[in-house]
Parts: sequence; structure tokens; C-alpha cells
Amino acid sequence: MTHYLLIESRDSFEVNDVAYFYDLASGLKERGNTVTLFLIQNGVLPARKNPSDSTLAKLATAGVNILADHLSLQERGITDSALVDGVASAELDVVIDQMADGVKTLWH
Amino acid sequence: MSKKKTLTFCLMDAPFENARTTTALRLIDTAVRRGHNVNVFAYEGAVGVPFSKQSAHANKVHGFEEDEWNHPLPKDWVSEIMNHAEKTGSKVDWINCGLCVDERGMNEAVPGVRRGTPGDLVNWANTSDNTLIIPTK
Repeated sequence: MTHYLLIESRDSFEVNDVAYFYDLASGLKERGNTVTLFLIQNGVLPARKNPSDSTLAKLATAGVNILADHLSLQERGITDSALVDGVASAELDVVIDQMADGVKTLWH
Repeated sequence: MSKKKTLTFCLMDAPFENARTTTALRLIDTAVRRGHNVNVFAYEGAVGVPFSKQSAHANKVHGFEEDEWNHPLPKDWVSEIMNHAEKTGSKVDWINCGLCVDERGMNEAVPGVRRGTPGDLVNWANTSDNTLIIPTK
């Protein structure tokens, strides 16, 4: 089993291929890997509670660890209470710590 | 915290254009503050990030003089990261792709930045503990 860190910097409402990155996270998890999806920059926008899009909630339910960069949330006025269930605010240190631990890291 | 590791970052974005530059420098800064050694390979427009001739300017439209506007310059952030690394015993090795530098006439960089080739990135990817490529769109 491998641990993957997928960093999503783009907004799924703006860039269609974000869905493929979510699919990658889902597929890696289905194959028994540990997956962290770290949302940053405009990538945090889909983490807002939204009745018309449950993609991130489904990923979290499937076991993908979803984190959102605290500063990116702050910059966009998104509070913790506005986040989809299963998405947690996190500091950038998480990325560095996982990289230092040898986690396979991919940026989108 | 993990023990001291060597992390490599590859940057492509030019300064003053995209949030990716700010995020990349945040990541590098965080790595240094966590005590790790950092390699940075900058190519294409990213060779402008440590360009030493960047200069602040006023914002006359909004009525601010240069000292009031406090224009942030990426070269200063790079220098600050380098200075912090010296204090904490971390090492930051920043290579600007030489071909990209020549294309853009950006030979002047802040202290601590050196010229190199994509072969240096390959060597770093083979020898460091982890590598993150941050490409443009």
C-alpha cells in the first residue's frame, strides 16, 4: 500500500479536469492506497457546503483524507463551519511533513 | 517532526502572475522552518523569481507613493528564505535554468542563486527524499 498526496490548486467550477484529479484520488483509494487530497488556492472553493455538488463529501466517505489550506480558506472568507463534512482546515506544514515522510506527491 | 530531509521543488511560473509562485515560496519557507534542506530548480519564467533587478513602484492611481505602497517583491522573499536557512542550519540550493536565464536576459539574481541545467533537476530527483513539480497550466 502506498501513501499519495494529491494537491489540488484549481476550482472544479472553473476547470473541468479537476474532476479527473478527484477520480484519481478515488481510484487510488479503491485500490487500497492511503490518499490525502490537499486543497489549496482556488482548489478550496469546492469545499464549501453546496447542495448541488457532493463530490468531495463522497470522496471523504470513501476514505480519502481531505484537507484545505487554512490561509487559502481565510483569503476567500471561508470559515470552518462552511466546509463540507469530511473536509478539515490544515496548515501547509502537512504537505512538507508528508513529503519528508516520502509520500508520493502530485500537484494539479 | 520528521528528521532533516532534502526536498526538491521545481518551479515554472513567472513572478507577479499567479498564486502558484506565492504557494511555492510558502512551501519552500515552511520546509526551511521545519529544518529541511531544500533544492529549487527554476525554469522558464520562474527564473525571474529571484531576479535582483526587480524594483518596487508607487501606485499613483490609488494615490500611494512607493514607500506607502509597500510593493512586495519575490526576490526579497527568496533572500529572506535564504537568510532564515543560514540561521537555522538548513541549506537552500537554488538553481536557475541557464538557457531560460539567457533567453530572458535575467542573469542578475540575488545571492545564493546559481546557474544550472535540467540535468541538475534529474540529479536532485534521484538523490533527494522527495520532489514536487509545480507546473503552469
